[in-house]
Amino acid sequence: MSLKDKLLSSHIVFQDSLDSDSPIYDLRGEAIKTFEAEGFPTKKDEAWKYTSLNSILKENYNIFPSKDAPLDFNDIKQYFLNDLDTYKIVFVDGTFNAHLSSTTHDGIDVCTLNSALTKPKYKQIIDVYFNKIAKEESLTSLNTAFAKEGAYIYIPKGKVADKPIQIIHFATGAEGASMLQPRSLIIAEENSEVQIVERHQSLTDKRILTNAVTEVYAGKRAMIDYYKIQNDRLEASLIDNTEIEQHRESVVSLHTFSLGGNITRNNLNYYQKGEHINSILKGVTIIEGKQHVDHNTLVHHIEPNCESHQDYKGIFADSATGVFNGKVVVEKEAQKTNAYQSNNNILIDDKATINSKPQLEIFADDVRCSHGCTIGQLDESALFYLQSRGIAQKEARALLMYAFANTVLSSVKIPQLKQRITKLIANKIGVNIGFDI
Amino acid sequence: MLTVKNLHAGIEEKDILKGINLEIKAGEVHAIMGPNGSGKSTLSSVIAGKEEYEVTHGDINLNGTSILEMDPEERAHEGIFLSFQYPVEIPGVSVTNFIKTAINETRKAKGLEDMPASDMLKMIREKSELLEIDRKFLSRSLNVGFSGGEKKRNEIFQMAMLEPKLAILDETDSGLDIDALRIVANGVNKLRSEDNAVLLITHYQRLLDYIVPDVVHVLMDGKIVKTGGKELAHELEEKGYDWLKAEVNV
Repeated sequence: MSLKDKLLSSHIVFQDSLDSDSPIYDLRGEAIKTFEAEGFPTKKDEAWKYTSLNSILKENYNIFPSKDAPLDFNDIKQYFLNDLDTYKIVFVDGTFNAHLSSTTHDGIDVCTLNSALTKPKYKQIIDVYFNKIAKEESLTSLNTAFAKEGAYIYIPKGKVADKPIQIIHFATGAEGASMLQPRSLIIAEENSEVQIVERHQSLTDKRILTNAVTEVYAGKRAMIDYYKIQNDRLEASLIDNTEIEQHRESVVSLHTFSLGGNITRNNLNYYQKGEHINSILKGVTIIEGKQHVDHNTLVHHIEPNCESHQDYKGIFADSATGVFNGKVVVEKEAQKTNAYQSNNNILIDDKATINSKPQLEIFADDVRCSHGCTIGQLDESALFYLQSRGIAQKEARALLMYAFANTVLSSVKIPQLKQRITKLIANKIGVNIGFDI
Repeated sequence: MLTVKNLHAGIEEKDILKGINLEIKAGEVHAIMGPNGSGKSTLSSVIAGKEEYEVTHGDINLNGTSILEMDPEERAHEGIFLSFQYPVEIPGVSVTNFIKTAINETRKAKGLEDMPASDMLKMIREKSELLEIDRKFLSRSLNVGFSGGEKKRNEIFQMAMLEPKLAILDETDSGLDIDALRIVANGVNKLRSEDNAVLLITHYQRLLDYIVPDVVHVLMDGKIVKTGGKELAHELEEKGYDWLKAEVNV
């Protein structure tokens, strides 16, 4: 049975197991129909031209993995930001793990989508926000069809989350290859602030496929600072769909650090619904072997006087492949838009590949839009400079790669996170010299 | 200390150096002057080991050992330092961390442990005072947003930290105002000793008022066409290079 057929038949079982009074019962039913009609994307779809899911769709995934996989905290401690006081929302094989988590309802809500979907007091919020931003396409619909659990964060008007929030999804493979579909909803109301660090982490050599959807709503003047750490095992693939709706004068910054995994596809969509909005999209990709990372971004400028800043850096070794497909749409009404996009890549080996495709669709006439894409090798003169100071070629290369990625790293606002990512990058590059934090 | 014998070198089949002979002894300061395009910077790059240049003939010895087969970092470990005309910017790596890395990489190559942190700090303090560099400067990203003068001062600071046997200063005076020039020259003069040597590459005589050379060479069209004492530099300043061109027929 194909994965699609398996998902379709599993859905019937899934719906039967759930309360038909759920506010999203009908939504799930419609969503599975969309998925049934569209199926998984193929390379024939323009947006998937350079990323094929074929190799990962053949696996016989467990759609509803285990309830209680035993986990020793010492084995997974390394995946947390331990030197930082945070709220934590932790899932193990798609199930919320209260023991590893640290949630709150004190002024802000940091808990699980499952409780928001099942408790009446959240019904109104779910009705207003759930599945309102996500695109109606096959993979997000598939996620909606199985939506049950994930992070739920609600920051009311004028509140500032007193500490960052970590969202971690572990996969144990205890019941073999598994498909996970976490669904998260993040709402920052007017004048609120929140910082989020998210990670998907496999703990197994079994194949893992995650199709995640996160909807992010930023109200008037809200500030959201979001970080995604993608440094997974070689058997784990991730399709990460993040849909962001911004309102007047809000700032949403999202950093994606893609340092490992099998196939990683980031669909990151921003919709600007108000004036004076700032959208910031940054990414560092450093991969080797046969790994594949695809950044597919959209910034939809709908109203006047808004900005967007995209800065993606990629370093590709061996026969790793990268894709950057950055689309900026400026509607006719969106005058005085400032939209910047830059995608710089270094190919370390002859077999490494990057497909970089900026797409600008501009319908307004008074805008400033720029995009630049570079693909190159490390600067030989810079290398010589470092070597002439006694730094061996290997370390000199690492230092230059670090410097190359630094424009993205330097805007990480949580010092402990910056330190952690710096270390991850140093390890990735294969040396550990006196890097700055 | 440094012996260059009949050195021919070029880039992509174009000859730039056409038979250079040079002998620099410990304790000496040599200056190489010459018009633009004469091969001055090529000579410094070839001595430091820049790979894009090909040495087609001749040899370079440091204390009796040929360095031609050595990588740039090995030459640095042997005590060659090149101060760059255009130092490279390294965002995210502070001056302090960079110099620590450079020193400890050199120590590692010699089989030594990392320099103890307290010794390192003491040395950084001493040498930065010598070059009138303040604390804040040391924590800035290497060369990022530095003025011309700051870049050159930082180069000489690195030289002071690395304590090379042979320091090659490539156009260190270019882009410096008189105060920066004085500070840089003062730093170089204080680092001079009986055990090390300095090779100054310059277009103008001005630097040589501050760092007084023992020997001045004139490089033209890839060859040293004249060698003399410090008075040669003054003569060049006065008359320019044209009279020499006529004299040596290039």
